[in-house]
Amino acid sequence: MATDNRPLSPHLQVYKPQLTSTLSITHRATGVLLSLGAFVLAWWITGIAAGPKCFGPVNDFLGSWIGQLGLFAWSVALYYHLCNGIRHLFWDMGVGLEIEGAYRGGYIVLAATAILTLLTWAVVLTGGAA
Amino acid sequence: MNLNTPLSRVLGLGSAKSGLHHWWLQRLTAIALVPLMLWLVSGLLRVAGGGYAAARDWVASPGTATLLVLLVVALFWHLKLGLQVVIEDYVHLKCAKLTSLVVLNFAVIAAAVATVLAILKISLGVA
Repeated sequence: MATDNRPLSPHLQVYKPQLTSTLSITHRATGVLLSLGAFVLAWWITGIAAGPKCFGPVNDFLGSWIGQLGLFAWSVALYYHLCNGIRHLFWDMGVGLEIEGAYRGGYIVLAATAILTLLTWAVVLTGGAA
Repeated sequence: MNLNTPLSRVLGLGSAKSGLHHWWLQRLTAIALVPLMLWLVSGLLRVAGGGYAAARDWVASPGTATLLVLLVVALFWHLKLGLQVVIEDYVHLKCAKLTSLVVLNFAVIAAAVATVLAILKISLGVA
């Protein structure tokens, strides 16, 4: 059976980016980023178990500017994925599925992500939660 | 002889051959991770900058160790389910798809087991 001559659906690029589609792919992208973060968390915990000599490089990396940048990106991705995940759970219950609700939920997720990220880094910059 | 009704045979058999199972576990781990991840961030904020001793003492306390084990299991399970769908969606070559899924499963299980053992070692080692 010939498979090379079938009509193709329009490519993604021809569609105008919308809030709903952008947030959808962002959920997936942040999920992939957070997966990398999970392996860094595993590195951090196994580093503690292996002793101060092994923990040093982990701690140095997380304290370096690239580590801090990574942690900032991780925090944004975490709060976004967490809030948007709750939006998904509401959809699973059939709530907020109409266009208006999908947009309202999207704006709430973006605002909550910004607020939670700012609060977290305000704690970091003012000297920790201790 | 199969005594199942056609409906019951159809239910639970999607393209991944396992129907609702994947969806349900993804939601279950997601719900668990909402409080667990918020708790993790608050804990990390408290030990950040405290060096080795602060990090070890935090992980070693029984409450932290318990929640951390729960978090690690839920987290790696959740990310395994998520990355599996990403691979299934974007990797089209059959052998590459199969290889990626095998590597994903091995990596996730290895990391989760190593991390849980590390938590137990830290927790049981500091009396």
